[in-house]
Amino acid sequence: MKTAVIVFPGSNCDRDMAVALERATGQKPAMVWHKEAALPAGLDLIAIPGGFSFGDYLRCGAIAARSPIMADVVKFAQGGGHVLGVCNGFQVLIEAGLLPGALMRNAGLKYICKDVVLNVTTRNSPYTSAYAAGAQITIPIAHHDGNYNASADTLKELANEDRIAFTYADNPNGAARDIAGILSPNRRVLGMMPHPERLNDAALGGTDGQALFTGLTAALASA
Amino acid sequence: MQVRVDITLKTGVLDPQGEAVHHALGTLGFDGVNSVRQGKVILLDLAETDPAKAEADVAAMCEKLLANTVIENYAITVL
Repeated sequence: MKTAVIVFPGSNCDRDMAVALERATGQKPAMVWHKEAALPAGLDLIAIPGGFSFGDYLRCGAIAARSPIMADVVKFAQGGGHVLGVCNGFQVLIEAGLLPGALMRNAGLKYICKDVVLNVTTRNSPYTSAYAAGAQITIPIAHHDGNYNASADTLKELANEDRIAFTYADNPNGAARDIAGILSPNRRVLGMMPHPERLNDAALGGTDGQALFTGLTAALASA
Repeated sequence: MQVRVDITLKTGVLDPQGEAVHHALGTLGFDGVNSVRQGKVILLDLAETDPAKAEADVAAMCEKLLANTVIENYAITVL
């Protein structure tokens, strides 16, 4: 399975993401600098990692979403490609228009870095199929702007179409409907604030993030 | 040509920063502040000399980058 990690100035979870992907797929992902004009050919998955791209200037993810490589990422997603955005990557996907809504300043105004309990709200996606039905998993968050917001219609649509992938068991940031992660209409683009790549090894304190990567690899291999 | 863009959160969108400022003003004894909304100002210096064209250009900039129209409004003033 061929994967790529997009790297922006200020990305800081790109190597953690690469390790998680390599472990699950057995192949090193291509690390693609944001100024590249085109993606490598034949990709199965693109990951947009966490970090503070462009110093969070203007709005988190806003400048990164207009980077040269993003035109190709958007094309890839629109053509049915799989794209995973974590934390700042989620913000970038929203700013690029691949996912609806907005990620606002945390309701408590504080940067929050801690492990949180998530409900796996749907198993109907390549990212969540390996988790048990109704599973609760512990995954760290580390963000200042993770307060998910969208119009009432969009929120209803996300719920009705079973596109809310993860919710917080104990809402840390004020997100509407406790949303921690959402899927695109074709269920192939996932954006989530928590960091599954940071709990991918017992040595890091847990492995609750692992099933996302192994499940994704299995789902794409059988697709 | 100088153009000023005021970006504010839409009505109904929670503004925790504005609320924190509101609270701090109350602590300082400034009673009678009904609400505070915080936004940002962007000043642009454009080569364009036609005000109507400048405004149209800046509106396009706002739609594409400067504002997130899901949660923000923008107001353009040609100075």
